Amino acid sequence: METTISGLVPFVFVLAMPYSETVDQTTTFSAIGVWLVKFFEWFGNLALFCGRLVRSAVTPPYEIREFVHQFDELGSKSLPLVALAGAATGVVLTLSTRDSLIRFGAKSFLPAVVIFSIIKESGPIITALVVSGRAAAGIGAELGAMRVTEQIDAMEASAVDPYRFLVATRVLACMLILPLLTLVTDFLGILMGWVANTAAEPISLQLFIHAGFKNVTFNDFFPPTLKTIVFGLLIGVISCFQGMNARGGTQGVERAATNSVVLASLFIILADVLLVRLILVFFS
Amino acid sequence: MPSNDTKTDSKKNTPLVQVESLKKSFGRQVVLKGISLEVGKGETLSVLGRSGTGKSVLLKLIIGLHKPDSGSIRVNGKDVTKLTLKELNEIRKKVGFLFQQAALYDSLTIEENVGFPLHRHSRMSDEERRKRVRELLTSVGMEKDAHKLPGELSGGMQKRVGLARALALDPDILLFDEPTAGLDPITAAEIDDLILRLQKERGMTSVVVTHDIHSARTVSDRVALMREGQLLIQGTFADLQKSRNPFVMQFLAGS
Repeated sequence: METTISGLVPFVFVLAMPYSETVDQTTTFSAIGVWLVKFFEWFGNLALFCGRLVRSAVTPPYEIREFVHQFDELGSKSLPLVALAGAATGVVLTLSTRDSLIRFGAKSFLPAVVIFSIIKESGPIITALVVSGRAAAGIGAELGAMRVTEQIDAMEASAVDPYRFLVATRVLACMLILPLLTLVTDFLGILMGWVANTAAEPISLQLFIHAGFKNVTFNDFFPPTLKTIVFGLLIGVISCFQGMNARGGTQGVERAATNSVVLASLFIILADVLLVRLILVFFS
Repeated sequence: MPSNDTKTDSKKNTPLVQVESLKKSFGRQVVLKGISLEVGKGETLSVLGRSGTGKSVLLKLIIGLHKPDSGSIRVNGKDVTKLTLKELNEIRKKVGFLFQQAALYDSLTIEENVGFPLHRHSRMSDEERRKRVRELLTSVGMEKDAHKLPGELSGGMQKRVGLARALALDPDILLFDEPTAGLDPITAAEIDDLILRLQKERGMTSVVVTHDIHSARTVSDRVALMREGQLLIQGTFADLQKSRNPFVMQFLAGS
């Protein structure tokens, strides 16, 4: 039933919508009508989910141990990927920028261009996208599997609120780990940027850093790094929402995992548009 | 449905679980069409029926995992449909639930699974808790596998651990969702024995949802047969056997 509809409407949200039992799909609505209802239903359910999450997250008892566990898990599993992505970004950025700058006779700007580009945009967004691939898929699949095998029901039945124990801890872990991982990306990006540059034309690290950071201000660094908290929120909320609403066995788990990554990445990029604009308004 | 069994009648005087004209549908699919039943203190009621007739939904409604469309569910005198989450959780601590696939937490060891409710809801020290978990695992014959993960156990073993976990908080009521489904006859009989022993040793009140007639006959004081979201007949197993209703006869003969 669901596959026919998602086939009719080639739009990512339909794929992401949890199996809906409430809409009569054959008689009352046209395909567009069904799609619109599902679209709003999805956002409505997301809003309800967020409401429940906030209620559970702000009231004691707090699941500190489980939060630390999730934070550790998330950090240790994402760190190697983020480090690698950061290093690669630094190299690629340096090589391609170097080529362009030489053409314009502005080679001396290279360290500044690389460092500005990494700390202001590449670092945060690359980190967020890598973590959304790693963590959102993991959380979506884990919670989805727990949902379809009744483990979440079992948790509720033993009087433990899964929104408090499973969801709030994961969302918070995502939010707090992203700025830290962004620092790793930034650091390795800049370092490998220097290495790549040195391979082409030797320059001391000290000089590279000095030239690059000469005009960097507080506002160039902190707002873009801290905006990744919003990316973390998106990753956590979307993947937990998909996981908690998984239906229908292994296929449901697969859907939850895939949709978590697709939607989290999409929302991160959309949110970035807004955040970049906001940061320009408030911090320039 | 009148009952000839005086013992059962006396038990029915203090119902622990009372379900009245319960209706539940998912979208257009009507699952329960007005179910009423009572389970007395210390009594075991089996709800029989074909797969997909809403038996599991009934159990989940009793513990508040789903909200009914209408009707009331009283557990220990309190209507679970009208409670806040906090109040509902107080009820849930007194109700054990054995899920169909046991629903053990994959990422935790057997020991941690059984200890989970204790860890959340009791003020036991680590040592006390370990001791209690060992007792529970011993009572279901699983003490040797305490450090294994659920994935390493067979279905029957998982059910035993699920039962130990359901018993962890010393519940007054146990809900069983297909306790013997998917098990070989010998393992199924062992699970039935465990349920019977619980009744004898702890005077447990239980609701067993099953399509296994043999199991229902073994463990229950009374049975109820469900068909298309309605209760067709309630009474002792003997009442069921006396019935001339064609579906009841077919259901009993088909097994």
